[in-house]
Amino acid sequence: MDSKVQQKIGLKHGSGGRAMRQLIEDVFLSLASPVDGIGLSALDDGAAIRVGDRWLVITTDSHVVHPIFFPGGDIGRISVSGTVNDLAMMGATEPVGLTCAVIIEEGFPRADLERVVASMRETAKEAGAPFVTGDTKVMGKGQVDGLVLNTTGVALADRVVSDAGLRAGDLLVVTGSIGDHGMAVMARRHDLRLEGDLRSDVAPINGLVRAALAAGGEDVVAMKDPTRGGVAGVLHEMAAKGGVGIVVDEPSLPINDEVRAAGEMIGIDPLLVANEGKAVIGVRARSADKVLAALRAHPLGARATVFARAIAERPGAVILDTGFGKRMLAEPEGELLPRIC
Amino acid sequence: MSNDDLFRQLKFRDPARARALAEALRHNMDAIGREVSVMHVCGSHEQAIARFGLRAVLPPGLELIMGPGCPVCVTDGPEVDEAVALAMQGVRVCTYGDMLRLPGTARSLADAQADGGKVEVVYSISQAVELAQAHPEEQVVFLASGFETTAVATAAVALASPPPNFSILSVHKYVPAAMEIVAASKETHIEGYVAAGHAAIITGWAIFEPFAARTGAPVVVAGFEPLDILAALVKLTELIREGRPEVANVYPRCVTKEGNLPAQRSLWRAFRTVTGRWRGIADVPGGNLELVPELAALDARKRFRIDTAGVRDAAAEEEAKGCICGRIMLGLATPEHCALFGTTCVPESPVGACMVSSEGQCRIWHTYGGVPDLRKVG
Repeated sequence: MDSKVQQKIGLKHGSGGRAMRQLIEDVFLSLASPVDGIGLSALDDGAAIRVGDRWLVITTDSHVVHPIFFPGGDIGRISVSGTVNDLAMMGATEPVGLTCAVIIEEGFPRADLERVVASMRETAKEAGAPFVTGDTKVMGKGQVDGLVLNTTGVALADRVVSDAGLRAGDLLVVTGSIGDHGMAVMARRHDLRLEGDLRSDVAPINGLVRAALAAGGEDVVAMKDPTRGGVAGVLHEMAAKGGVGIVVDEPSLPINDEVRAAGEMIGIDPLLVANEGKAVIGVRARSADKVLAALRAHPLGARATVFARAIAERPGAVILDTGFGKRMLAEPEGELLPRIC
Repeated sequence: MSNDDLFRQLKFRDPARARALAEALRHNMDAIGREVSVMHVCGSHEQAIARFGLRAVLPPGLELIMGPGCPVCVTDGPEVDEAVALAMQGVRVCTYGDMLRLPGTARSLADAQADGGKVEVVYSISQAVELAQAHPEEQVVFLASGFETTAVATAAVALASPPPNFSILSVHKYVPAAMEIVAASKETHIEGYVAAGHAAIITGWAIFEPFAARTGAPVVVAGFEPLDILAALVKLTELIREGRPEVANVYPRCVTKEGNLPAQRSLWRAFRTVTGRWRGIADVPGGNLELVPELAALDARKRFRIDTAGVRDAAAEEEAKGCICGRIMLGLATPEHCALFGTTCVPESPVGACMVSSEGQCRIWHTYGGVPDLRKVG
């Protein structure tokens, strides 16, 4: 791939794939300084800084989505869930505070703003995460697209889980059906008029992750939520950082029929599509059953499944066993575009 | 297509049946007892093979090669130049999406569009006709690409008295001619062919009989589900094992011996085969479809003076950059033999035609992560 980022930033640089990683490594990593714990250079879901015998976990995320309201959720629910989930992916399932910065485009309907904020309030309550401070800006028509939300979350944890902890023999669990959010948004955005019930999975999953950590303890070794870049993006990161190969058993992936059908129709693999209420969890094989049982006992984890395993061969590679044969699972690259013919 | 239709298709995806077919394939290869190379000539077959990882279950010694099966890839640079020249002289040029980024010798239609040329992506030729009807003051040209399958649609429109401001720039190609080129090549040693099911729906499977008899290589017509392809390989290796250069059809749910006769009649009322240059390959006798003299008034080449003076040899230039698309399309190399593959040549900035089209082998391999030997992994 390009060794240098091109002269202008394109949409692909924000899509959670290879182009975005390259941009971050080339430009933003210069901001990194050494910390006692997990800092910027780890490119994890958030930072973990040692404070006494505990960890202060921090994460921040900006949220833009088209359309702002979509089947199953809205930008407000995403802004809370995304940040709460990023904290949870570091092992910090009890947020102590959230911040919210809002940038509003001139002309944005007040009723829509109130609806978004109500959704944020409800989602924060669901997650047990209090908003503690915020900021509001309004920009001129055309200077920002509708509404941009930034949320930051802070939590304390006794133990942190990175996304780099896999070793050969570990199993990977996904907490439920994949692709629902991205496919629902894409179907709405492109007005695909598909039959069936395509709904986003957006939800705070800190409670679900807490149950997995309680059951698996130290044997939960890696976690990541498959947002932009989808499950494929997460697996590539986990394989590269853990120095392992990963073999995915494609037939065992939980995928809703509607998502599968939409994917076939528009030529987009559900593995590449964003999820907003799921986690990929790496577990030592001996504890996989316990973790799976704990996940399945939770309402958001009923379809949790072991779907992949780490191997010593081909470090950094992700191999898809399709049930018919095997192929490499490509790393997501740029913006996902439905095929036009 | 409704979801129900899609779910009906999904029942073809049965891994247990796939394992049984892979076992039968292994049995045939054991009986043959030497290395065998077979070829398919269809981008949609390559899509299914790459997506389902079928090469990882092929028995050792069986090589499955993609031939010149991508109609966009084999469209020659000067053919693109003609369309670019028309767009730049104020004609509205309509074509399928993949043709937009295909490089001409100097520029692509996308470049022409950026330079102010009138270029429009359409989903079908009928949409181009509608544009002509909506803009009677303009000349609308449909750049007609694709193999027999799409040529039939072009033929139907050509024979249905389209509006007077509508014409056709045909770069249609004819698949059986390409198989002849491969069979005649001294470098390839293809012992059997998997033929594209959708083209055969039109032409019928019997069309391949003279080819099989003359070249001694059996041909099996196949559909596009993973099981279709595995079944075709089982049948093909069986014919090779028994030394029977025959044609078989493992896609009987869609393909008949004689094919779609009304479609064939339309095709040959509208087109005749002529020798044409295929990008990166050669002049292919009978490889291009040209509108018949009776439809000359619809032929954009006859209606307009298309000035493509100063065109260069695009394939030679791509080769100079290290592109091996020509060798890939002839089945002499795979994308992994190309130093540019996945590094300087990627879908966003393709060097050669095979990385441009979603039917091109490089693009397909790139999408599905390349195909290193995974037979022994995990």
